[in-house]
Amino acid sequence: MHAVKRQMILGVTGILMMLVSSVCFGAGIPDKVTINSIQKYYAPVSFNHAAHINKLKDCGLCHHHTTGAQVTDPNCARCHKNSGAQATVSCKGCHTAEPFTPEALKQQRDQQPPIYHRDKPGLKAAYHISCLGCHEKMHGPTGCQDCHKRNDGGDAIFKSGKYAPKAPAKPKAAHH
Amino acid sequence: MIERRDFLKGCLACGVTAATVSVASGKAMAAGSFEGYPDAMGVLVDLTRCVGCRSCEVACNNEQKLPEPDEAFDDMSVFKDKRRTTEKAYTVVNKYQVATEETLFRKIQCNHCTEPACLSSCFVNAYTKTKEGAVIYDASVCVGCRNCMIACPFNIPAYSYSSPINPLVKKCIFCYDTRVKDGKPPACVEICPQQVMTFGRRADLIKLGHDRIQANPAKYVDKLYGEKAVGGTSWMYLSSVDFDKVGMDGHIQNEPIISNVKDFLGFVPMVLTIWPALFTGVHLLATRNKGGHHDHEEGDHQ
Repeated sequence: MHAVKRQMILGVTGILMMLVSSVCFGAGIPDKVTINSIQKYYAPVSFNHAAHINKLKDCGLCHHHTTGAQVTDPNCARCHKNSGAQATVSCKGCHTAEPFTPEALKQQRDQQPPIYHRDKPGLKAAYHISCLGCHEKMHGPTGCQDCHKRNDGGDAIFKSGKYAPKAPAKPKAAHH
Repeated sequence: MIERRDFLKGCLACGVTAATVSVASGKAMAAGSFEGYPDAMGVLVDLTRCVGCRSCEVACNNEQKLPEPDEAFDDMSVFKDKRRTTEKAYTVVNKYQVATEETLFRKIQCNHCTEPACLSSCFVNAYTKTKEGAVIYDASVCVGCRNCMIACPFNIPAYSYSSPINPLVKKCIFCYDTRVKDGKPPACVEICPQQVMTFGRRADLIKLGHDRIQANPAKYVDKLYGEKAVGGTSWMYLSSVDFDKVGMDGHIQNEPIISNVKDFLGFVPMVLTIWPALFTGVHLLATRNKGGHHDHEEGDHQ
């Protein structure tokens, strides 16, 4: 009787462990990530990492092969089917903030082997392509200011809010 | 003796035939005669990535210190019209309904041709194709003839109609002065949240563009627009639909625009130098026997 109970407990624990491990497989996974790479124009985004983990379960959707998750893209699977978890997992660990400096371009050109990872978006694009692409599919918020409110610096360059054009060239307000 | 009028007709006919023959035979030779500077930079534009946020218009306005726009840049009502570049906006984004449920956005700006038609058409030599790939112009010598506006196959140069004193041609210069000259990407490329635009050496971007098509053949039409168009352009495009559907000329010629007129223009100096001498000779021959009459006339005047 005891043995059966113990087996059941072990079984349940095992299932729980599997569930947990598919979600997180190490310490140091942040619940919140503050993204402020374009804070000149937009307020920082407090990204709710935990909520996205709970909703998506699959780390590979955002982190590719780096978390050791099974990769689905056949192109990636060629090398990364069993490559396991990597030391670098964060977006900014691989996606450079300035992808078009002469140095970055040279590095990309000289990369060995001269295939794969060459068409890697910069950090800002990695965020937007990944976030916005998924939000469109999952019908999440997709407006610019749904994620990051524009600040005064942003309003100034967008000529919006208190920086709005004073005298419109054509009287178009009547049509709206 | 041949009548003067018949002789002229004959000469004209010969000339036109010669010009036509030389244009026809010279076309293949003239096409793509300039391969471009080896380290020229370029931009690969992936239309499938653009979300129409107009940030590129914002960046251009600020970088080039352009006048205040008519509407705020977050006003999306501008998409109801198909806009073109103006003296106040060197780049604009347009929206295209490419299928019932699908829209694509396309940013318009100078494509920085390898053999620019604007440069060829400019008789004051205001335009320069720099080794970095930018097509820039010296506004101080511009006389406002607007030949470049007519010559451009992409309808890009705009004109400062608002200036009554000194109207000039205005267009995107690839942020040459402030950025590209120093190896930095143009302002629009840098601000784009989706990296619709990839900045790099043109030669590398051609490979990158084809790699992207090859990696995802279901997503893209198998064409890198600008690789060959009008002799090649520094800005090149990838699309998920035929380029005609996003307001581009999908059947644009591969020969540079100057090939259309190069041989004809080559014929012009010949006309200007040989014809006067030839016809002066003919005139002298034709009037040789009338010498006495000529003298008589002069005598009358005295």
